[in-house]
Amino acid sequence: MNRRSTMRLVTLTAATGLAVAALTGCTAGGGGEGEAGDTTITWWHNGTGDPLKSFWEEVASEFESENPGVKVEVEAFQNEDLQRTLIPNALQAGGDAAPDLFMVWAEGEIKAQVEAGYLEDLSGLTGVIESVGTAGTGWNVDGKQYGIPFRYGIEGIWYDADLFEQAGVTENPATFTEFGDVIDKLAASGVSPIGVGAADGWPAAHWWYQFAIKTCSPESLQTAAETLAFDDPCFTEAGENLKTWMDEFDGDLPFQANPTSTPAQSVPNSSAGLLASQTTAMELMGTWHRGEVAKLVPGAPAENPPAPEWLSWMPVPDIEGAEGAPGAALGSGDAWGVYADAPEETLELLEYIMSVDVQTRLAETGEIPTVAGAEAGITDPVLQQIAEATQSAGVVVTWLDTQYGPVIGKAMNDAIVNLMFGDGTPASVPEAMNAAAATL
Amino acid sequence: MTALDTAGPAVTAGPAPTRSTKRSARRRARTWGEIALLAGPAVLVYLFFVLLPVLLAAYYSFFNWNGLGPLDQFIGFDNYTRLLADPVFHRSVFNNFFIVVMSLLIQGPLAILIALLMNRRLRFRGLLRALIFVPYVLSEVTAGLAWQILLQSVPPTRWGPVDTLLRTLGIEDPPSWLADPDVVMWTMFGILTWKYLGLAIILMLAGLASVPDELHEAAALDGAGWWQTQWHITVPLLGPTIRIWAFLSIIGALQLFDMIWIVTGGGPLNASSTMAVYMVGNGLNVSQIGFGSAVAVVLFLISLIVALVYQRFALRRDLAGALTGGVR
Repeated sequence: MNRRSTMRLVTLTAATGLAVAALTGCTAGGGGEGEAGDTTITWWHNGTGDPLKSFWEEVASEFESENPGVKVEVEAFQNEDLQRTLIPNALQAGGDAAPDLFMVWAEGEIKAQVEAGYLEDLSGLTGVIESVGTAGTGWNVDGKQYGIPFRYGIEGIWYDADLFEQAGVTENPATFTEFGDVIDKLAASGVSPIGVGAADGWPAAHWWYQFAIKTCSPESLQTAAETLAFDDPCFTEAGENLKTWMDEFDGDLPFQANPTSTPAQSVPNSSAGLLASQTTAMELMGTWHRGEVAKLVPGAPAENPPAPEWLSWMPVPDIEGAEGAPGAALGSGDAWGVYADAPEETLELLEYIMSVDVQTRLAETGEIPTVAGAEAGITDPVLQQIAEATQSAGVVVTWLDTQYGPVIGKAMNDAIVNLMFGDGTPASVPEAMNAAAATL
Repeated sequence: MTALDTAGPAVTAGPAPTRSTKRSARRRARTWGEIALLAGPAVLVYLFFVLLPVLLAAYYSFFNWNGLGPLDQFIGFDNYTRLLADPVFHRSVFNNFFIVVMSLLIQGPLAILIALLMNRRLRFRGLLRALIFVPYVLSEVTAGLAWQILLQSVPPTRWGPVDTLLRTLGIEDPPSWLADPDVVMWTMFGILTWKYLGLAIILMLAGLASVPDELHEAAALDGAGWWQTQWHITVPLLGPTIRIWAFLSIIGALQLFDMIWIVTGGGPLNASSTMAVYMVGNGLNVSQIGFGSAVAVVLFLISLIVALVYQRFALRRDLAGALTGGVR
């Protein structure tokens, strides 16, 4: 009996050892340098669909042909998988497993990666940093530049010009009071005025963010972002102002019915789908919304669906007498970051991606570029309008959930949805944010 | 083990005792080699993909860790105290047990009843069996998205297919299936019943097939009616099947994730959150790997305790092999 168990143990250990060797052998063999003298750059992005996917591949092969001996491996991944699973795991594994060039989110998000020492300081690329101007500030950590934004824009209200006309709305509202009149007219004409995908949290939270940047002074916002203490009374006032505005209307208004079970994107009954099917007349969203709506227009072709002609855009109106900076807007973008141990050619690739030529062609695909001079590539009038509004905005504040990082971001968004559509109070939002900050 | 030992000598009964010992040693080595070869891969997979992650999760749960950089912020049981104080987590645990209890109370009896009816000679029996099993075969994401689209309405202008049907039947103001926090768990239970009832019925039908016909004949000779026969003979003999189904159902309900994630994402206002949904939403999705691990450990412990208690008390007779223990 004893001998048998010893045997058992020996065999098991031997088998385990063999398999471990096999497993580790597998990982060591994957990826890495090519033939002697060659360099491989891995580049991860979130453009899983065309035109962006083919565009980045094209840019990579252009760079390869100009730089013999350099191979660029471009891979596209779904956005949340990329940011929440793939990149953190790859950076943690390090070495060849880590991508050399990859997308990084702004402020609180990039800060965590910088603190762990994964990102290369790009401050030396002065030409590129100057060319993107103030758009780059969100990726500046403690005075050093760790990410270079390649697309950037502010959010606004996407609306249906046809439904506006039907309801007798002739002029876009400049203040929240005028905005209220527009909502009443739309409701009277039989449409749901504003669509909101509150099932996903953040689309509803952006309404509160808008009230916050218009209620809080830029200094209060700055202090809150630095200290992660949300004790300034303006955060409670923002919720009070939002609630007061919502309570001016009857029933479910100003939003569509059942907001908390409406997702934001991808499916026909999402808030994007409701705008696309002309069930709702307006939606507060970022620059990407044009593509999302286009996909969900009933009968839209699967390949490169065109945006409907009635889809228009306006900046979010100001609140009269509020303390926030006039013309303050919310926005952000996507940036490239470089892994700390990436081959030096990666910086050259980054400079090439950020050249006026590539940025202009990026604009032609329907994105809002960051490099000065590249806006000439924007052909779509709506995107031109957003690019101009971004340029002329008094202050551009980064999405608050991105600024404060995911933990405070989630607590804040949950509390906001509860304030808007549940039994939450205006004070419960900053309370939840402070409680979440305490767990960091 | 005993099977291998007794099977040995019958094959190689050698004359000389010394040769026999040598041979049997070689044979034993060979047997072990075979076992290692056949079981080795499975054991390895189990060690690396089941045991190791469980141990790592337990370890991570004592740290404040965002998944980046070294594990250097040891915080003891802080993640656990935070978790146990969170009302959303309480709601999630409640929702898991709501599904457990409702499944046992409603799905089980319903499945037995339908299986009994379908076990009789019926026209199109094969077709009926196939139809009942179809929802179980559908992928969770497909079924979830379909239900999400069927149930979601935006009154007054855009009604979902289910509500449109109800309105033609005269129910003007149907409940908000997915948006009302008081209704959503009942909706989810309905969807889960639709999805998993087929499996329960098939299991019960398989159990019914093992009930000997002679018992029915004997009961009929003694003057028992159909319902009496089912109640006194079939259902008790179905005991082992029912207990195994209940076990699978309980564990499935405790780990419930995908259907909720697809249909409601845990909403509205966290009303349909479960432990696993809470774990993903507050752990992985916000890069709090330490906290998420603590949730995983608690979920693991709850499942383990329920499983052990159930095995100890409900499955004991089945595991001992007393299949007819329930019949007098």
